[in-house]
Order: sequence, then structure tokens, then C-alpha cells
Amino acid sequence: MPLDRRMLDELGIGSVEELFSDIPEEVRTDGIPLPPGKSEMEVVRYMQELLSANLTAESAPCFLGGGVYHHFIPSAVGTIVSRSELATSYTPYQAEISQGMLQSLFEYQSYIAELTAMDAVNSSNYDWATALGEAATMCHRILPKRTFLVPEAMCWDKRSVLGNYVSGAALNVVGYCYDPFTGGLDLDDLRSKMTPDVCGIYAEVPNLFGVIDPQVPKLKQEFPDVPLVVGVNPLSLALVRPPGEYGADIVIGEGQPLGLPMNVGGPSLGLFACRMEHVRKMPGRLIGMTRDREGRRAFCMTLQTREQHIRRSKATSNICTNEALLAVAVSVYLGIVGGKGLRAIARLNMRNAAALMERVDELEGFDSPVFEGAHFNEFVVRTPVRPAKLNRLLLRRGIIGGLPLQRHVPRMEDHMLLTATEATSAQAMDRLLAALREVAQ
Amino acid sequence: MSYRQARYDEPLIFELRGESDFGLECDAPVRLPEGMERQGLDLPDLPEREVVRHYVDLSQMSFGVDNGMYPLGSCTMKYNPKYADRLSSLPTVASVHPCQDEDSIQGALRLMRELEKALCAISGMDAVTLQPAAGAHGEFTGMLIAKAYHARRGQPRTEVIVPDSAHGTNPASAAMAGFTVIEVPSGPDGCIDLEALGAALSERTAAVMVTNPNTLGIFEKDIVELARMVHAAGALLYYDGANLNAIMGMTSPGAMDFDIVHFNLHKTFATPHGGGGPGAGPVGVKEFLEPFLPVPRIVSEEGRFGLDYDRPDSIGKVRSMFGNFAVLVRAYAYILVQGGDGLRDVSQRAVLASNYLKSRVVPPYEMPFAPLRKHEFVVSAKRLAKEKDVHATDVAKALLDRGFMSPTVYFPSLVEEALMIEPTESESKETLDRYAEALREIADGAPEEIRAAPRSTSVARVDEVYAAKELTLSWRIYRQRGLE
Repeated sequence: MPLDRRMLDELGIGSVEELFSDIPEEVRTDGIPLPPGKSEMEVVRYMQELLSANLTAESAPCFLGGGVYHHFIPSAVGTIVSRSELATSYTPYQAEISQGMLQSLFEYQSYIAELTAMDAVNSSNYDWATALGEAATMCHRILPKRTFLVPEAMCWDKRSVLGNYVSGAALNVVGYCYDPFTGGLDLDDLRSKMTPDVCGIYAEVPNLFGVIDPQVPKLKQEFPDVPLVVGVNPLSLALVRPPGEYGADIVIGEGQPLGLPMNVGGPSLGLFACRMEHVRKMPGRLIGMTRDREGRRAFCMTLQTREQHIRRSKATSNICTNEALLAVAVSVYLGIVGGKGLRAIARLNMRNAAALMERVDELEGFDSPVFEGAHFNEFVVRTPVRPAKLNRLLLRRGIIGGLPLQRHVPRMEDHMLLTATEATSAQAMDRLLAALREVAQ
Repeated sequence: MSYRQARYDEPLIFELRGESDFGLECDAPVRLPEGMERQGLDLPDLPEREVVRHYVDLSQMSFGVDNGMYPLGSCTMKYNPKYADRLSSLPTVASVHPCQDEDSIQGALRLMRELEKALCAISGMDAVTLQPAAGAHGEFTGMLIAKAYHARRGQPRTEVIVPDSAHGTNPASAAMAGFTVIEVPSGPDGCIDLEALGAALSERTAAVMVTNPNTLGIFEKDIVELARMVHAAGALLYYDGANLNAIMGMTSPGAMDFDIVHFNLHKTFATPHGGGGPGAGPVGVKEFLEPFLPVPRIVSEEGRFGLDYDRPDSIGKVRSMFGNFAVLVRAYAYILVQGGDGLRDVSQRAVLASNYLKSRVVPPYEMPFAPLRKHEFVVSAKRLAKEKDVHATDVAKALLDRGFMSPTVYFPSLVEEALMIEPTESESKETLDRYAEALREIADGAPEEIRAAPRSTSVARVDEVYAAKELTLSWRIYRQRGLE
């Protein structure tokens, strides 16, 4: 696109180069070593072609989970989040002209507060893993000690991200064991690690193994003075007791199951909720209800004094850009499916996973589920063939297999996490079963 | 130009009543351990039509770049081309699981590898990670890399230096990585005071974070000497890429001898901000820092792409999976459409628009600091505040009434009553003229009129103090207080 000469003329300069005369000669570059631009048509064609090398969960049955799930997304979610006024807006610093965005985010906070039974919800972190990192440092702000307890069996990504987030506060992350029969936490082991130096306990419901662990609600009774962080799959909360009812101080999780595409892993949405008493120690943006000069109901960002643009190095977090539009998508999703629909979807997840679990167990050489506890929509299977190899064999048959667990729990080299959701059809299961029967021989 | 935003008394979705037509049903009994069943969940059940109308109403009470000029300083709110929306919502993006076997995500891996290379070409760096989800997240990643680098050399360092004009995320990110933050003042020309920098540098300095051009829109004239000093002290030089839109093709962080840089794909590379996010904050480094980048690295062999986790010096992960992939798709499409020359044109046009608009802004607005500006400039409404009791906030709100987003206000803090204006390359001369005219009109306006703004938006001036006092943060709190 050519420069507007009229602006150059008004400025009384002959060339735009004059506006760059302050850049020292020795650091000048002569353009960018990239090919010339292309038309929209050419780029769309090229990118479509390039991306067509990806296999999609729409064209192949997918049994992967572990934090990212293939769910059905009602069409209206895309319609709303494509609205330009929302999609192309910035952080709503100017509240008066951003009421729609602010109210949508307030509704998101409200939905997550209902689901988790917590008071305060921020309007998003990047993802579950970074929310965990922020939760650990927030525990340290609540209780200034230096050991943070986590399940030893946790997604490796989360463990690694957590390590980085707590490195500044120099917290020690200590893992507690799981019970090899139930797949829940090993309470004796956890007790043995409860030193006076503990600033917080983290537990997941459902956990990495898909198990809904009935011991987690007892943690606050046993350790009332230690902040409890509970990680959730928010979809499960349609049926499962919410952490706010058993004393959780912070609830985190991944919002992707609530109407967000898998997107090869991102963007997704970090959920972050806490009890009101901790709200000033919380990271991220908060939307509050207020009134305008004429007394009308209105919304604005609030408690900004916790944030980096005001508090700089003393802020509760460095987060600025977040995942706001995905938070809006979650509100729209929950609006469309409603309370009844959400319960139905959660039930279908549990029912399909239970059916798959049983059918896999009938196969020669497979042990399913490995753990006795109640499961939500995924479960651990011991496989007769190494999971990575099994997945390659399944892929040849056009099936996206489960999640090999070895990276996450090193001793589980012959274990795989299989997931079923409401989007898993009976035919998909039949195909998986037939393929597993074949490859196990 | 007059402007009038939609003004609905839109209830909260929790206040709507209806009957769901979602249709999916399941009453299958489920097995839950004792004490783990949920007792109640009261979410509204509504027909799709009502939900869609509710959110369409709300969208009409919002304002994006597609509505009008959005010159928020340091935010680079340029137009977001629509081909990117189309590409990022393809099923080959949206319906792909990140843990699929490498053979089934070759398209994604190749796209990311190509984008890494393009960002290297633009920035003059040697290697890029796409994992960070936002600019601040990129800064944090950069700080972790700096920490790992010094630790690896057996010389752990504890301090990070930032100028007083830096974005708030800089000190916050450095502190999160465990560094003590040392702030150095700007000189009378708005640039970093080299003497102050020299006094602050020591064998404790891990990194110096610099935004260039800085948040005043001024190119750091001593960048060559500054880089030499930082490196002589054994520290790393970090480039905050928030203002990269000013310099593409004219210089680069690599050419300026920066060691680490973050990009804001949602600024420079035109991906929409979504009311706060998602964005993406890739980080580029010089070759000697490549071993420290997050895992996995994307590697290729004979045209096949794979993931390498076996990187002993890596800092590990800063986000799960690969980063905000759908945002990466948009940014890559933008880069391909612009091409190398097009990106240089983008920067030239952005700087021209900024300098043109700056030339149209007249007293009582004042322009602190003398030098040339790049893509943005900071105006002070100090005189207006003193003479007419009309403050930067009032100017901002009065601009909303005229259908413009306000500039960034009260930042950087070294300018009193600051209005930080970044028009971007997207705006025409006519629009820039109208903006300047609106600023003039506001300065000339009756003070009580201006202080009464905005009147044309969905609500009048919002009471932020009341919000912070009441802390009604959810429907749950609202209900508990019996406010229904």
C-alpha cells in the first residue's frame, strides 16, 4: 500500500525516510529478508493446503483428553464471538463504551462462580497450567511459607510450568503419591509431607487418571489452616460437588471443555476463582458491578491496584493480555446449553466413558480401568502394546488413540489415558474396539 | 461526526426466563462416590434465540477497531483483516488435539516452524519459541531464560534494570522471575539516561529491559552505546516488542544487538485483541541462548517435522502444549499477505500517521520532550487541567462521545496528564484530521460539558470507586446480598 503523499507534504518532508533519521546508521537494516506479499486468495489457498496435513477429530474418531477435549460446540458460540465489536476490542479500560464486553465478562465470572461455588472469579488466565502457577504463588501470599504440595501424578506440562512460576518466590514443589488401587490421593503419604513449611496443597477432581477422588473434600477438615487449591474440569461440576462447598480457597481449571475448540492446544482458558477473603491477593482482571452517574447499573474493571500497570514490580501477577474472548465464548456456551443441558452433557460423558471402559476391559491383554475409583470422562488402560506404538497402529486405521502416560508418570510406560465425551459416537467406539482387537494380536 | 452507541437496559443472563431448546438429553444414572454428588446447580435454561439476542445486544454496547479509530498508545490497535478469522477457524485448526501423533499434525508443526523463521527474519534473531501466550508471558519467559543463562555460566545474577518509562509488565515479569527490579530515570530528552544506567549496572545485573522506540514514541538515540554498556557488564539486553510496529525493515532488535525479544502478535501482526485476549507473545533469542528456550522445539528432518523434548538446558515449559496456535495461524497469514516489503511499508505508514497526527495536535495540549517520534506520541493535558480543570480522563471520555476510542491515559507516568496516542497505519488522513479536530473541540469546549462526558455511550461516567467498595464480582455475590 503506497504512502499518503498528502501527509508527507503537510509535514514538509520529501521522503518518509526522514522520519527515521533518528535511527543510527550502524543499526539500520535494508528491508526484511522475506518474500514479497501475496494476495488474500493465494495465502488462503496456501494455508489451507498446508493445514490439510492435520488430521481432525471431525474426520477421525478421537480418544485423546488429558486437559483438552473434543466436545460438541453449539453453532451460536461462534456466531457471537465473531461479532466484531467484541472480537476487535481491547481491554475495556474505557468502561462507558465497553459495557457489553464488561457485562459478558461479568456473566462469565458469575457462571464460573456458580459452577465452582466460589465468590470471586477473574476474567481469565492463559490456561490451566499457568493458573496453577499463579495459584501456588497466591498461596504463598496467603501463607508465606515455601512448600507447595502437588499430586505426583500430574500432567507433565503443568508440573513444568508450575516449576517456572514458583521459581521467583523460590517455592519447593513436593509431590505426594497416589493410591495404586483407587487412583486417588494417598492420604498417609500426603500427611507425611505436611511439614510446617507448607503454604498450599493442590489436588485435582477429576485427577490425571480421570478419577473423582472422595478424599479431596476431607483435606480442608484435616488441614484447615493450609490453603487448598482444587483443579477441576468445569464440565464435571454439573454433577460433581463443587470445591467451594468443601472449603477450597482457590479453584482453577481449564475452560476449554465449555464450548471452546481444541485449537491444537491454544488458545484455551485458565479458570481462576477464590474465596472473597483472598480477593486482594488474586492475579488477573476482575469485573465488578457498579453504577453510572445517573444511577444506572454498569460494569467496570475493579481492584486494578493489584495489577501490573499500577503496582508494577509489586503486582500480584504480570498478566495483562488474557483470554477474554474465550471467557465470553464460555458464557455463550453455558447460556445455550443451560443448566439442564450441561447436566445432560456431563452425564453423556460419564456414560460413554463407562461404556468404553467396560468394552476395552473385555479385550484380551487390556486392563481397563486400572483404577477402581469413579471416573468422569477418561480412564487409565494398561495396554499389551506400548501406547506410542499402539497409537501409530491406530492412526494407520484412521483413529486418534489415547494419551500415553509415560511422560506424565514415568513408571506408566504401558499405560494410556482413554477419553470419551458426548461427541464420541457408538460407531467411533466400535471402530476403536475392532482396531484394538486387531493390533493387540 | 456524531456518534451514538446502543443503550439497552440489558438484564443479566441470570435474570432472563425461558425454556431451553438445546435438545440434548440424558438421564442415565451415573456412579459417583458418596459425598461427591452435586446437590444443586441453578443455571438459567433459555432458548437459543434469547441467548443470541442477549449477546447481540451486548455486542452493540461494545466498541472495537471495526467500529472506529482505536489509538490506544502501546497497544497497536490496527485493523484485523478477516482472512485470518477464516483460516483460524478451519477444522484443521479448531478440531485438532495437540497430543495427536506427530504424523497427524504435520501441518501445524510446519506452520509453526515457518512462522518461527519469519519472526527470525523480521527481528534479526536466530531462534524463536511460540509458546508464550501474551506479551507479559513472553517477558516472563525471557527473564527465565536470562536467569538460566547466568546460572549455567556459574554466575547467578539477581537484578534487572528497567527505565521509568517501561510498561508495567516489565518490572512485574522480572519480579515474578525472582529478580530485584532497579528503575533508572529517563533524561530530559525522554531517552534512557546513560549515566544513570551506568551507575545501576553491576555484576549483579542479569538483564536490562528496553522498549525501543520507548513508550514516549522516541527512538533511544544511544542504543549502540547502551547495548555496549550492558554487554560489557555481562548482562543481557531484552527487547520489549510492544512497539515493533515502528521499526520493521528499518532496523531490528537483532541489528541493535538485543539478546532476547518478545513479539506481540496481537499488536504488530494484526490478530484481534478479543476484549483483552487471546494474544500470543513469541520470544526470539540470539544463537547462544537457543539451548534455554522452552520445550518442545520443533525440528525437521527430510521434510518431516517432529518435537524435541531432549534439551537439557531448556527452562522447560511456560504454558501447556505449543502456545496459542490459532493466534499463530492468524499472524502467519498476515505476514504472508504483507511480505517483507509490505511489513516495512506498514512501519513507515504507522510512523507517518503518528507524526502527521502529532503535527495536528495544537495547544493547549503540550508535547513534552523534543525529539522526533515514531509510531506513537505522548501529549500532556496539564495546561488544560490547570486552566480549565479538564483532565486527561475528561478528554478521554469526551473522545468517546465523538465515536473515537480514547488514547491510553496517565501513562507513562513521567508525563503529567498523559494522553498516549498511537494511530497505527490503518487510519486515513481524513480520520486523523477528524481525531485532531475532536481534540481541539474538546480543549475549546465548556469545561462542565466536557466533564459531563460521555453522553453518547451506553452508560454515563461509571463510578469505579463504588465498584471497588462494593466488590459485586458475580451473580452469586449479588444474590447473597439480596440485591435481586
